[in-house]
Amino acid sequence: VELEGICVFCKQVSITFVMNDGEKVEAKAKVGDNLLDVVIENDIDIDGFGACEGTLACSTCHLIFKPKEYNQLPEPPTDEELDMLDLAFDLQDTSRLGCQIIVTKGMEGWEVKVPAGVADAREPS
Amino acid sequence: QQCPLSTASNGSPPQVAVIGSGPAGFYTAQALLKGHPSLQVDLYEKLPIPFGLVRFGVAPDHPEVKNCINSFTQTAHNERFHFMGHVEVGKDVSVAELQQAYTAVVLCNGSSNDRRLGIPGEDLPNVLSARSFVGWYNGLPEDKDLVVDLDCDTAVVLGHGNVALDVTRMLLTPIDLLAKTDISQHALEVLSTSNIRKVVVVGRRGPLQVSFTIKELREMINLPRCRTVVRKEDVEDIKDKLDSLPRPRRRLSHLLYTAGAEPPQNYRDAWAEATHEWELRFLRSPVEVIQRSNSAQMEGVRFTVNRLEGTDFAKQKAVPTDEEEEIPCGLVLRSIGYEGVPIDDSVPFDAARGVVPNQNGRVTGRPGLYCSGWIGQGPIFVILGTMNDSFATAKVVLHDIVEGRAINKNAGGREQILPMLQQRGVKPVRFHQWEKVDKVETVLGAERGKPREKITSLQEMLQIAWSPV
Ligand SMILES: Cc1cc2nc3c(=O)[nH]c(=O)nc-3n(C[C@H](O)[C@H](O)[C@H](O)COP(=O)(O)OP(=O)(O)OC[C@H]3O[C@@H](n4cnc5c(N)ncnc54)[C@H](O)[C@@H]3O)c2cc1C
Ligand code: FES
Repeated sequence: VELEGICVFCKQVSITFVMNDGEKVEAKAKVGDNLLDVVIENDIDIDGFGACEGTLACSTCHLIFKPKEYNQLPEPPTDEELDMLDLAFDLQDTSRLGCQIIVTKGMEGWEVKVPAGVADAREPS
Repeated sequence: QQCPLSTASNGSPPQVAVIGSGPAGFYTAQALLKGHPSLQVDLYEKLPIPFGLVRFGVAPDHPEVKNCINSFTQTAHNERFHFMGHVEVGKDVSVAELQQAYTAVVLCNGSSNDRRLGIPGEDLPNVLSARSFVGWYNGLPEDKDLVVDLDCDTAVVLGHGNVALDVTRMLLTPIDLLAKTDISQHALEVLSTSNIRKVVVVGRRGPLQVSFTIKELREMINLPRCRTVVRKEDVEDIKDKLDSLPRPRRRLSHLLYTAGAEPPQNYRDAWAEATHEWELRFLRSPVEVIQRSNSAQMEGVRFTVNRLEGTDFAKQKAVPTDEEEEIPCGLVLRSIGYEGVPIDDSVPFDAARGVVPNQNGRVTGRPGLYCSGWIGQGPIFVILGTMNDSFATAKVVLHDIVEGRAINKNAGGREQILPMLQQRGVKPVRFHQWEKVDKVETVLGAERGKPREKITSLQEMLQIAWSPV
């Protein structure tokens, strides 16, 4: 059953993506999807995001959580996720790979940060 | 409201030529097309088919890494993008000619050469470059006929980078696992008769200086039926230093320490049953591939034992001692680095580093000429790094176009180049023509239970690409 484009039986939460220019983009996230799915479904424009399509082989889906929210994430990162994260640019203590994070009801109102890319660090001129 | 970019070139859309269709070429194209509403990109590639090292470098058992091909294909379907395959820049058309026809030219031609050791015995049979070996199992046309003899017990791999671990893994992975990948059939057949039981992977510096990444190391440690050998005395000292290392190096070093000094029970159980093994050896520089007397075959490799000098781990230097060591083997793969080759006399080239000198992607002293990926940065990046570098270069190109720095007002793009190519008897392969090859390969692969069977003959590729249907 669809009501104004939103399935009323789906459990949804809203999650805000803070882009690296500071812009905030609010996304509707289905419980059970991962954050890569959320980015794709909401057409959030992050360059190069999800290059390996969620197979833990690229770390382009790197996202940074607020410390409090990071600690509430249901599953800690596996060694394999940490291995890929080690290659990520702008790595923080609260970094995770979006494709490995499953949306739960508890994530309503969360804010995740899109890390800076090399392109932002290296200003032309 | 008009976009400031679209007015930058007096109405006619900027034309950009990108040279090379690996990740650097495609990510640069993607960012250029996205960053400008009317800009056109023509992507020149010397092979009839796209994707560079994603197709011809990335190991067959890493299919996930190749998923980026899907987004490259999306870029290729943009109507402002044109693939110009089977055109070798520097031979079929010069960089100077391209610069006359385009607003900007971006070099993304990668690093296709491999460094040599420069030691006696290097040209003996079965001393192979990892680059050719990789090209051989990945169906690169120029390497498909490489002679690889696997009728020996031990192989030595020289180098401690990811490519070294890739080739080691290919030599030791059970054949039934390889058979399900897109490995070329000729390589699969030779590998299925392999007698190699042991691979020794030798580097000139220590465990804190390895340049492979942790994912590849963990994969080796978990390889079925294969034991990991790291000498305890080589890694014992790492433990005290772990805390002072940045996170990626710390985790990698910790895993090396664990494998060598304190392997957990599950590792030990798996290794106890192993029939094959790989060993990491440190602080050794090859000085000679020893030839067996009265035979053209090798007997092994002689090494100088090194010690490290300097206090900063990252910069410690290997200094030779008087001590030597021999490792008997029947196959040597040298994997001591890729380097770029000069594409054209007119392009500046740093021969010592094997790169095109540049600042932020702008080629030194050549306005309108740019570079990204391995040709500009050296072969140090995984695809992620190549992607970031390409986005950064594209940003610089767009910036220069807006500022009017890269404006060639008469840029006619491919319409200007195509007649020249025709005159020279060069016929580009277009993207939809590659897609025909892609289809044929997928069908051939399906017959063998593989994701694809690569066509390895250039002639056959061209025949399929240019076939009327
Ligand atoms: C063996 C191997 C395994 C790897 N495995 C992984 C992995 O698992 N994961 C990962 O993230 N990264 C991996 N990498 C790294 C990755 O392949 C590189 O980061 C990336 O390919 C570099 O991109 P590039 O576009 O600069 O170069 P390339 O991919 O080499 O592309 C260069 C392109 O330019 C073309 N070209 C060259 N000269 C000319 C000319 N004169 N005219 C026209 N075209 C030309 C070439 O044919 C080629 O298509 C691997 C690399 C190697 C060598
Ligand atoms: S999409 Fe590649 S690791 Fe998440």
